[in-house]
Amino acid sequence: MKQFSNIYIFIFSAVMVIIVAVLLSFVSQQLKPLQNRNEETEQMRNILASVNIPASAGNAGVLFERYITESFVINPDGERIDNRKPFEVDLKKQTSMIEDINSLEEKLTVPKASPFKKMISGQADRGKADTGPVLSEISGIRESLELPVYICQKENKKYYVFALRGKGLWGPIWGYISLNDDFNTVYGAYFDHKTETPGLGAEINTSVFRQQFRNKTIYDKNNRFVSIEVLKGGASGSNPHGVDAISGGTITSKGVEKMLHDWLSRYNTFIANQKKRP
Amino acid sequence: MSDREPLFSSKNLKLLREPLNKSNPITVQVLGICSALAVTVKLKPSVVMAVSVIAVLSVSNVVISVLRKHIPPRIRIIVQLVVIATMVILVDEILKAFAYDVSKQLSVFVGLIITNCIIMGRLEAFALANKPWPSFLDGIGNAAGYGLILIIVAFFREFLGSGTIWGYPVMEKIGIYKLGYTDNGLMILPPMALITVGIIIWIQRGKNRDLIETH
Repeated sequence: MKQFSNIYIFIFSAVMVIIVAVLLSFVSQQLKPLQNRNEETEQMRNILASVNIPASAGNAGVLFERYITESFVINPDGERIDNRKPFEVDLKKQTSMIEDINSLEEKLTVPKASPFKKMISGQADRGKADTGPVLSEISGIRESLELPVYICQKENKKYYVFALRGKGLWGPIWGYISLNDDFNTVYGAYFDHKTETPGLGAEINTSVFRQQFRNKTIYDKNNRFVSIEVLKGGASGSNPHGVDAISGGTITSKGVEKMLHDWLSRYNTFIANQKKRP
Repeated sequence: MSDREPLFSSKNLKLLREPLNKSNPITVQVLGICSALAVTVKLKPSVVMAVSVIAVLSVSNVVISVLRKHIPPRIRIIVQLVVIATMVILVDEILKAFAYDVSKQLSVFVGLIITNCIIMGRLEAFALANKPWPSFLDGIGNAAGYGLILIIVAFFREFLGSGTIWGYPVMEKIGIYKLGYTDNGLMILPPMALITVGIIIWIQRGKNRDLIETH
């Protein structure tokens, strides 16, 4: 076999890597606009699906223009953030921020009760934890949290579309949920997933599952936020806050439930403000 | 060789034909099983996967074959990997730009073509020792052999598991659901792909006794 010197090997690898890098970055640059457009179209289709308007890749843009009359970004205090377009919001980042807030809030409500610590110090330091830094950390994250809102005008009725994103069993799940203008009754919902098990968890994007959400309510009679539960073993027909889970897809179903609760509770203030308006 | 060999000599045609049956990468060499299980739930992604693998394998084969005299043997595996990875990323980018829906369905599996044993196997076993044109045919042949099995498996899994063919609700149109028939959910799960491949192997060996191992 032919012998190659070390220098030759180094030069060979360097040249190869450079050629490959140039080729790949060139292609990536060239195709980026097309890919972005595909992603945006996909998002439009998802949003339209949540207000029960079926759209194809071809007509999504036109339908979106026609039905979605207004779209903006709000913060968790329900105030609009100017100069931000909803499509620019990185939902993945927002999800991880929401999760951070949730885990911090958990710290506040449940004082750390490690069994060992309890053994050593009795119950001395229970409930005395300093909440100051945690609170300021929470408000720090809250400040940068961005939540997209879309308003759909269809047959002289207004629907409000909110974004959702969470975790399934194998990977991310996401969706949109639309509320009637009473800000309580669900008009439609759309869910999708990246890698849930086909036939089981993946069923969340079927219309059978999605249709269940219609006419459910997210607030109880006392106007308290309850979100919608995804119940294993099925929800009774009269339950206004529950839908049937997917058999064999428990973790994905729970993921949907958690996603709904996490995101809708962040929209809570915005919804409350809207309700106060005449 | 002083006189030029015709492009489609019988030897070259054999390269193209054999992997479809006698030396099929999946059923005979039992390579590339992993992706055969994963993408064969529906017909459409399987066909796209097959086409992607054909593109990746044939081009990688040619590239490696062209470079075969210049690749230092000590780093040949890395060079092969770089070539395959480049091709796979290109295919992935192109799918994302022009066939977004399918690329969403295939998700990580396009990227995982890199780890498909068939591709490394062909580069190492064939392209490094042969001229570009036979390597190209060998690439097409092997990838097509892989794709053929993929499509057969996907056909049965989609038909029995979801009651559709290429997304068209065949079972519903026949009206068989009204008679109490339900789709077989097990077909959708990966183990049934393995069993389907097993049945294909069984049938193939039943027809072609040369393939039966004696030991």
